[in-house]
Amino acid sequence: MKLIKPAIALCIAAAALAASLAPAQAVILRPLKHPGWSFEGPFGTFDRASLQRGYQVYKEVCSACHSLNYLTYRNLSDPGGPGFTPAQVEVLAAQSKVPAGPDETGSITDENGNLLMRPALPSDTFAKPFPNDNAAKAANNGAVPPDLTLMAKAREGGPDYIYSFVSGFADDPGQRPACLGETPGMHYNPYFASGGLPDSCKDPQTGTELIDGSLTAMPPQLTPDRVTYADGTKATTEQMAHDVATFLAWASDPHMEARKRMGFQVMIYLGVLSVFLFIAYRKVWRDVEH
Amino acid sequence: MVAEHASEPTRRDFLYIATGALAAAGAVAVAWPLIDQMNPSADVLALSTLKVDLSPVALGQQITVMWRSKPVFVRHRTPKEIQEAEAINWKAMRDPQSDESRLVSFNGALQKEWLILIGICTHLGCIPLKTDQGYLCPCHGSRYDLSGRIVAGPAPLDLEVPPYKFLSATQIQIG
Amino acid sequence: MAHQSTYVPKSGFERWLDVRLPIMRLVHDSFVDYPTPKNLNYWWTFGGILSFCLATQIVTGIILAMHYTPNSDLAFSSVQHIMRDINYGWLIRYIHSNGASMFFVAVYIHIFRGIYYGSYKAPREVLWILGMVIYVLMMAAAFFGYVLVWGQMSFWGATVITNIFGAIPGIGKGVSQWLWGGFAVANPTLNRFFSLHYLVPFLIAGVVVLHVWALHAVGQNNPTGIEPKDKGDTVPFTPYATVKDAFAMALFTILFAYFVFYNPEGLGDVANNIPANPLQTPAEIVPEWYLLPFYAILRSITFGLFGLTAKFLGVCALGGAILLLFLLPWLDTSKVRSLRYRPWMQLFFGVFVVDCLALGWVGAHKPEGMVITVGQIATAYYFIHFLIIYPLVGLIETPRPMPESISKSVLGHRKAVPAATAGQTA
Repeated sequence: MKLIKPAIALCIAAAALAASLAPAQAVILRPLKHPGWSFEGPFGTFDRASLQRGYQVYKEVCSACHSLNYLTYRNLSDPGGPGFTPAQVEVLAAQSKVPAGPDETGSITDENGNLLMRPALPSDTFAKPFPNDNAAKAANNGAVPPDLTLMAKAREGGPDYIYSFVSGFADDPGQRPACLGETPGMHYNPYFASGGLPDSCKDPQTGTELIDGSLTAMPPQLTPDRVTYADGTKATTEQMAHDVATFLAWASDPHMEARKRMGFQVMIYLGVLSVFLFIAYRKVWRDVEH
Repeated sequence: MVAEHASEPTRRDFLYIATGALAAAGAVAVAWPLIDQMNPSADVLALSTLKVDLSPVALGQQITVMWRSKPVFVRHRTPKEIQEAEAINWKAMRDPQSDESRLVSFNGALQKEWLILIGICTHLGCIPLKTDQGYLCPCHGSRYDLSGRIVAGPAPLDLEVPPYKFLSATQIQIG
Repeated sequence: MAHQSTYVPKSGFERWLDVRLPIMRLVHDSFVDYPTPKNLNYWWTFGGILSFCLATQIVTGIILAMHYTPNSDLAFSSVQHIMRDINYGWLIRYIHSNGASMFFVAVYIHIFRGIYYGSYKAPREVLWILGMVIYVLMMAAAFFGYVLVWGQMSFWGATVITNIFGAIPGIGKGVSQWLWGGFAVANPTLNRFFSLHYLVPFLIAGVVVLHVWALHAVGQNNPTGIEPKDKGDTVPFTPYATVKDAFAMALFTILFAYFVFYNPEGLGDVANNIPANPLQTPAEIVPEWYLLPFYAILRSITFGLFGLTAKFLGVCALGGAILLLFLLPWLDTSKVRSLRYRPWMQLFFGVFVVDCLALGWVGAHKPEGMVITVGQIATAYYFIHFLIIYPLVGLIETPRPMPESISKSVLGHRKAVPAATAGQTA
């Protein structure tokens, strides 16, 4: 058919385009783990139980340092998400405190100089662990723990990266690379790209890194049974890593299920429309030599 | 060109009509999100209800809260004010409404001391001032009674009562 | 090929309007009864597809502008607000961002079609130049639009590109500060880029009108490069081209829908999901894919000459590369339009396509080692292709024998058959 040559050309172009988009790496990284996700693929959906467990992990472990600035508590009851009821969300929200704003005298702090706080409402954004970046740095060895709302989109590998990173502290137990020596306040993670390595772990001539990953200011968090899951699931490191990565995947893309559902309907429609238009095209041109 | 096909217009026409209908249906399906995006967004809808604590509002006092971007008066009426509001001949008013019909019950009992009104004058939208006789709008002199009903001036309607309910004796939810 | 108007007003209202504002006549003569070569292949459907893309971008863009805030403190979160809270905001945003990529897919196919079939040759030089103006405006609009997200790549991409102007000797620093509205990319820059991003698509629309006008003044080219000689060579635009364009648009939309619904961020950069941080440069600063070849050319000039910095020479190379496209009608010396009948030039066309893809690959990677070498070879070939190959090959090549007319060229193809089966040849 006449379309084959152009189609092949387009495929080659697309392949070249795809190859051109593969990014180069800044350091050597261990290949990411791929545990498999319920939301992968064109018909993927979020595992609600996993989302709820993941929220629990975020709340009890991560929220001490990491904000979720683009989520509000009411999102927890939105369709396509963890599926908490509005009543449950009121309770969950009220467990956190947010700045209350000025009192009648105009003061935003109490007698001790602490910021006036109030229980959060469902309409509030998730409570921030630190009021500003300087406070975050002061509490975290000079590093600002990044906001997590878009983390599943802001790193190559998305949920695979998050899973690998948070469970990666526990890779190769007892086999921490000797070249690292003592690194007070910093922790080695073979999946982490943006930290540094001491010179002892780099080739003296070329400066290239000799081991995977780099040092991060974040200590390992997901020790076994760190969280006691409300639904009774055993809280192994892998389980918690999987659940929190699922939760963060939802946080970065809350409309994913609606998007894929609509995509299916649109593709069917376009397929049918294309067939009709093709037949109409052939009928119109039937009497013309071309 | 197509003289020999004049005898079979129906099959070809059906195809064109079907294709056209399919395309039109697609156009409508595409148009809906483009229109719906202007409707209030999720964050605006989330603020469409407001809980108000009544305990700080002393007898005879009024607080103003913002609800759906509008000022709402929460007035704690004294027994004398309630009496005056009930005594007026409301049937002869411009916008006849009984005081009772502008109040809400809690556990079967009508909460007469709590008057909840949207603080927007029904004339041209200014915010009326609280007076001992009810409300006075400074813009064009509309006067409302102790139930928020229009008694004098150019405003055509009584002050609007928003939907609200009592969650407890000291807490209401507006909207 | 401007032709006599064949419009006949049918109703009283049409007659009334035709005297006062002959718009129905214009539409009829341009898009209904307009004589279109009957041998156009699917590469010719991309003009219509491009109009569809422009309309889509404008409609979705105006809607996004209802909800976006062009202030550096609020821009990123306003985009999140659109994605999360606005009804169908995620859909409209993804249509707009992927629509930009689709717009460029279509424009590159459209341009390569024009190059292959000699659609830039006389009397279509002005048509070609207007097309190039549209292309440059598209790149400007896309660049401004990408900055508006105010992610890491938005900010740093803007920094790199606006720093280009700092390379101009003498006035460079002043021009940069004038562009920035300050001493670096910051809120004033964002605000003005928003205004310009809203403006440029309407400039594009205006130039598109001129582009179609110029097209209709001379008539479409066709795969043989031979002008239509009589009525037998053409068919009326409606329904023949209309239905074919509609079919092609539907197929194009399937590709578009794949990206919007199943891979909405696949053509972008993950770093743009991080709010802009002026104190932290991302590991790699990469523009969107459709700007990569020019980015590669810019970075290929790693040496200074005659007292001019490598940076400035890179800017000149970038400008020169775009300028050469404008000059193509005069660089090509061949009397034959379509590469169908120019075997040597076909070969070089293939090399040119590979060269552009190679430049795209180079632009996406860190400029070190082999990447630089490939980039310099590819840049050199780009200039050689236009400055040496086009003029030379046109003079020395022997073209293949050409058909006498369009009608003769399609003899033996799909025959006009009144009854059931049509004899098909490839």
